Amino acid sequence: MSRDKILAALQQNQPELSALPSIPVFERDQELSLTEKFKAMAEGIGSKVYLVSSLQEVQEQMNVDFADEKRIVSTVASLVSAEIPAFELNADPHSYADVDVAIFEPLLAIAENSAVWITEDRMGVRALPFITQHIVMLVNSHILVPDMHAAYERIGRTDYGFGSFIAGPSKTADIEQSLVLGAHGPRSMTVFLINEV
Amino acid sequence: MKVGLFIPCYVDQFYPNAGIATYQLLVKLGVDVTYPSGQTCCGQPMANSGFEHLTKDCNQLFVDNFAEFDYIVSPSGSCVLHIKDHLHTDKDEQKALVVRTKVYELVEFLVDILKVENLQSSFPHKVGLHQSCHGQRGLFLTQMTELVAPYFSKPQQLLSQVKGLELIELSRTDECCGFGGTFCVVEEAVSSKMGKDRVKDHLDHGAEYITGADMSCLMHMEGILKRENSKVKVLHIAEILNAE
Amino acid sequence: MTDEAIKTHPELSETFNQDEARVDWHDETLWWIRQKRDKSAHSIPEWEMLRETASQIKNNVLSDLGKYLVSFEEKALANGIIVHWAADAAEHNRIVHDILQKNGIGQMVKSKSMLTEECHLNEYLEQHGIDVIDSDLGERIVQLAKEPPSHIVLPCIHKKKEEIGELFYRHLGVPEGTSDPQILTEAARQHLRETFLTRKAALTGVNFAIAETGEFVVCTNEGNADMGAHLADVHIASMGMEKIIPERKHLGVFLRLLTRSATGQPITTYSSHFKKPRPGQEMHIIIVDNGRTIQMGRADFRASLKCIRCGACMNTCPVYRRSGGHSYHNAISGPIGAILAPNLDMKKYADLPFASTLCGSCSNVCPVKIDIHQQLYKWRQVIVKEGYADTSKKIGMQLMTFTLSSPVIYRTAGKAGRWFLKHVPFAVNNKFNPWYKHRDMPEAPEESFGEWYKRNVKQK
Repeated sequence: MSRDKILAALQQNQPELSALPSIPVFERDQELSLTEKFKAMAEGIGSKVYLVSSLQEVQEQMNVDFADEKRIVSTVASLVSAEIPAFELNADPHSYADVDVAIFEPLLAIAENSAVWITEDRMGVRALPFITQHIVMLVNSHILVPDMHAAYERIGRTDYGFGSFIAGPSKTADIEQSLVLGAHGPRSMTVFLINEV
Repeated sequence: MKVGLFIPCYVDQFYPNAGIATYQLLVKLGVDVTYPSGQTCCGQPMANSGFEHLTKDCNQLFVDNFAEFDYIVSPSGSCVLHIKDHLHTDKDEQKALVVRTKVYELVEFLVDILKVENLQSSFPHKVGLHQSCHGQRGLFLTQMTELVAPYFSKPQQLLSQVKGLELIELSRTDECCGFGGTFCVVEEAVSSKMGKDRVKDHLDHGAEYITGADMSCLMHMEGILKRENSKVKVLHIAEILNAE
Repeated sequence: MTDEAIKTHPELSETFNQDEARVDWHDETLWWIRQKRDKSAHSIPEWEMLRETASQIKNNVLSDLGKYLVSFEEKALANGIIVHWAADAAEHNRIVHDILQKNGIGQMVKSKSMLTEECHLNEYLEQHGIDVIDSDLGERIVQLAKEPPSHIVLPCIHKKKEEIGELFYRHLGVPEGTSDPQILTEAARQHLRETFLTRKAALTGVNFAIAETGEFVVCTNEGNADMGAHLADVHIASMGMEKIIPERKHLGVFLRLLTRSATGQPITTYSSHFKKPRPGQEMHIIIVDNGRTIQMGRADFRASLKCIRCGACMNTCPVYRRSGGHSYHNAISGPIGAILAPNLDMKKYADLPFASTLCGSCSNVCPVKIDIHQQLYKWRQVIVKEGYADTSKKIGMQLMTFTLSSPVIYRTAGKAGRWFLKHVPFAVNNKFNPWYKHRDMPEAPEESFGEWYKRNVKQK
């Protein structure tokens, strides 16, 4: 059996044990505003960022930005309205192929690269954050962390079926390194950074 | 301090002036310098081509010629790096180890050992500095652009002491010139193209001279300059540091 | 693969260099990416410490890979993933085919996986009547052009937009003469969306597999791995066995390094963590050896298995930039390809370790600190000793060694008598000498340094 053959070959050929290092504690710039860093990074990779202080502001801006979109779904219970219907589960992911805008509330937002961390339970279905034409992220400022190390500290050993760091709209530069937003996934990403007082 | 002068074979045969300048500069700086006449080659051309196992006699010859000195100094980063990394002998490995630790490229010897801070030289020209890879990435003569680390440059430190010399900026400060030992003939097309591109960077920025700590790279670029009928010349850094 | 003689790197690069403007364009494009990488790395003060940490983690992984693989398998099985082991490319391909057959699937969408390039999976499946569509834009482009990728991260970096426009005109029906990347990308998006929505099986690569949790991470910018995997009933992930990292938190180190090294981006758009199949879905993972255990046994070369496939060594390599990925005639090109390939077939890839000036830039940009240029040097020694160097080269070297190890022969006095002047490659002035093709000869001086010294310096 290949499994045993491979493991036996490894046993034979592996070098002497080399210790697993601990990850150093890197100094972080205490002066740095996580909100500002996140916003700058997000805009740098093609996301649109709004600093808001209430869900109502989100609602109003959504009505402006996505006025012409036909199918909008929200996986965020607090952001459901006449214009934004709640998510309805259909186990067949193909049924979301015509979604224009999907709204999510991620668990973490990472300042150093503007990625947000979201797990399956907050996606509706796994395909939704990828198949939608435009993606909206509601980021409460208390979920901001400085970097990936802090992110994994928070994630710890939590169980999930699927989770993803998502940073900006899907993109490609495969043709002569010209950046094009909207490769296979969302054409745009909008982040509402909510600073609740 | 007794210094053994190691003049690489191609410098000996083609660029004696680089050797002479090195010798004169060291003498000027008060160094007791000797050129052991039995020396030939460090074995690098063979070793880099995969024939390290054929270099035993070269290695032994090198040890025999240089073991007695306090320092071994050479105007070639790449030959020095080869000695440092690959000099071994069957007869007396301890001696080889000592040789490996006391061999210095000229620039690092001037900066790190002699701590030269006030050269009495003058060279009123626009000069482009070629960072040869083995000197830079192997002997750490200059900080490498790939690394996130503070900048320093030993050859620049020396050139800044030369009166009238204007060091030009380059678009790519530490790109390889494409000489690469036997690479220059085995991979002729890429080697020549790399050389052309490196030369162009210097020409675009107005160099009158191209200098560096490795004559082999300069020989390669000189070949291209001459083919292009350029008036720009190459000079080993020792020749500039020794210029009056 | 055809049976005709494989052209060597020098031959293929000579062809590539016949169009100098194109070489300049290729060089500039990749240099631009190298510069983006520098800018990104320099924005992280702890960059070098991160590289060192990543390197040590990978050293640990290699030294205990068996244990980590078993742990990964156990956790993955508990998570509901089906785990396969493949000793070589053929077994890997067979496993993929079996899975498809069992599920009655004849069409598959695939995201970027250099391992499947290494295994020549597409050719194999096509021969068995399975239709495979590559969904990464660059990979789709080279697939339409019937070419292998020329770069592990930027598969069609060698192609101009006009050439891509021509391909899309013929295959995807865009108007003739289209060359705007925006329009071409949109056309591919429409074409591939249709593909994603109709495929029942999706194959992805694996960037990292976590021994602690049994999950694996796939990084893309386009979202094609996710589109494929989440819409398909069957998800197959192919992974080289060295992709293991011990714990989830180590991803913090690797994800910070990977994309900054690759393209200068702070992170890929998607870093997807697949832990369990979604309800009703089948998820397979194939752990592939294909020569890796042999490389593990080569003490001088095992560090090549630390590679996380960022492509930084290609972007920085002055030879790669001026010879193009196809000149390496191997699935993985550039400096890392040149140290991996001889392990698979020393004869076929004997030229690759010589396709370098040993400048060392590759080792400096490597996020896991593989001593790439040192390994190139060491491969040269192995290849020569194993007898894969040309005979003519061997004789020349022996002659040169003979002369250079003998002061008497070397030092025959006078310009005319100097052996060196007649025998080193850059001194022989004729049209058969490759040096002379683009470079003039150095002028032979009247006297050598040794002769000058003898004349001018009083002997002690």
